[in-house]
Amino acid sequence: MTLTAERAPADPGLRHRLAERGVDRQLLLLLPAVLFVVLLFLYPFFYGLQLSFAPAQGGPFASYIAFFSDSYQSGTIWITLKLALPAALLNVLASVPIAYRMRGNFRGKRLLTILLVVPITLGTVLTAQGLRNFLGPNGWFDRLLGAIGIADMPQLVQNYWGVFFSLVITGFPFAFLLILSYLSGIDPTLERAAATLGADWKQRFLRITLPLLAPGLATTFCLTFVLAFSVFPSAVLVGDPAGSTRVLSLAAYQAAYEKFDYSLASAIAMIMGAVELIVIGVVLLARSQLYTGTTGGKG
Amino acid sequence: MAATTSTNTTTRRRLVASPGAWLVWAAVAFFLLNLAGVVGSVLVSSFGTRWFDSWFPEGFTGEWYGAAWKEFGLLDVISVTLQISLLVVLISVLIGVPAAYVLARRTFPFKRLVMFAFLLPILMPPITYGIPLATVLYKFGLAPGIAGVVLSNLVPSVPFVILTMTPFIEQINPSIESAARMCGAGVRALFLRVLGPLLVPGILAAAILVLVRTVGMFELTFLTAGPDSQTLVVALYYSMSAAGIRAQQSIDAMAVIYTSTMLVLLVIALRFVNPTQLVARVKETPEP
Repeated sequence: MTLTAERAPADPGLRHRLAERGVDRQLLLLLPAVLFVVLLFLYPFFYGLQLSFAPAQGGPFASYIAFFSDSYQSGTIWITLKLALPAALLNVLASVPIAYRMRGNFRGKRLLTILLVVPITLGTVLTAQGLRNFLGPNGWFDRLLGAIGIADMPQLVQNYWGVFFSLVITGFPFAFLLILSYLSGIDPTLERAAATLGADWKQRFLRITLPLLAPGLATTFCLTFVLAFSVFPSAVLVGDPAGSTRVLSLAAYQAAYEKFDYSLASAIAMIMGAVELIVIGVVLLARSQLYTGTTGGKG
Repeated sequence: MAATTSTNTTTRRRLVASPGAWLVWAAVAFFLLNLAGVVGSVLVSSFGTRWFDSWFPEGFTGEWYGAAWKEFGLLDVISVTLQISLLVVLISVLIGVPAAYVLARRTFPFKRLVMFAFLLPILMPPITYGIPLATVLYKFGLAPGIAGVVLSNLVPSVPFVILTMTPFIEQINPSIESAARMCGAGVRALFLRVLGPLLVPGILAAAILVLVRTVGMFELTFLTAGPDSQTLVVALYYSMSAAGIRAQQSIDAMAVIYTSTMLVLLVIALRFVNPTQLVARVKETPEP
């Protein structure tokens, strides 16, 4: 195979100066991806932003005013946060002790991790169907409680709790695997060094592992929160879509596909993005105060 | 990095565990038990004849699968799902890998801005950008239809490939490339003959993860799919939300078909990637 060396360009001046700043033809490889993000993400985003300020009737802010003045609509923000924040928090907090227990090597670890990956692939729709069957009236859970003498259980599906459980089932394994990988990224010699200095496991956990893990916990919380915040199918299938689980994404969907009010739908989508970014921003701001060194639970 | 080897440790742990350990294991067992209940009740129901007020159905039958297959036109749905997912995988790898290469190897002005732009689609909830995106796709006549579904599914997939491939490329020693360059390889030869073979495991892992994500992606497909471009999840959602029209068991059968496709994909995926890699890049640390 013959290979031709790159010819010197006609005008070496400009190209040379650009190359010194890191700009040359190799950057063209980046072009498709940048073009793609601009066309399919940024353009629709700004189109939606512009659409949200251009309602069919009323002033530029009419869609936002319509959303915030109607408590049935603006209440969805609170409903979504009330679902997503506790679910994400529970998923992260429950994962820490379990991952801490499981970070070493033991028999069956691979099987256990595989079992925990399964819910991620199940997806929300199958989880919803399963929860309906399992937790519904005359489902196995109901019968089991009946068998051990607990009757009159409160209803567990078609309300807030159904959606909450589906968020835990899909979110917990995700949070767990992420935290497990952060934990195994922490240099184990640090903890052993502390042990030689006489620290018991409580001190080792609180003073060594937890500070190193904290940035990872913040990242995990953000990612789990994003998953829980965008809850949509399970809010319809195992929730109470007209009342206690009418989440933001459902409100946006109904505005776009049932009322065909694209301006309102875009406005709700923008509000949804803004609320989410505020929560993530607060968490990431707190995270930037933490130590993110090389041996840490990386960041 | 790709295939993990199980390390044999000879250290034995104490069998008698502390109360804390028991609590943790009990929590895991409780979670797995409920998970088994959730999956199992769908599975049992899909094979059952009549199941109202008992632990198990009165009899077992396989006919719901035939019913579901015919009623929902599953052959079409599955072939559409496959077409869409494979297209998404192919395009996202073709766009994502070169970009990941540049991001891993080079510094250039506005690099952080570009990285941030790639991170945003993953951080945003799908509905947030999905609704404006669907509006744009409808405006240009690309949705509803397969083109719209593929384009919208690419939005999270391309950044996903970039984000998983960048650290993978970073760990390939750049002096290999320098050596190839010194021996006279051009950019094309460099990619095809030197980097390509080294990148295959990483590309395979990223491709399979994108495949799993696309088959499971509900929101974006739901917003852009027409009647003839529904994937399995969306068809399942429609049949579930219109409950009462169809027999519960045939919906269960369809859910089982969906799960088993996902499980097959998962088993294939796990041959190539570490489970923790499904969500993050794991640093393999040697055992103490």
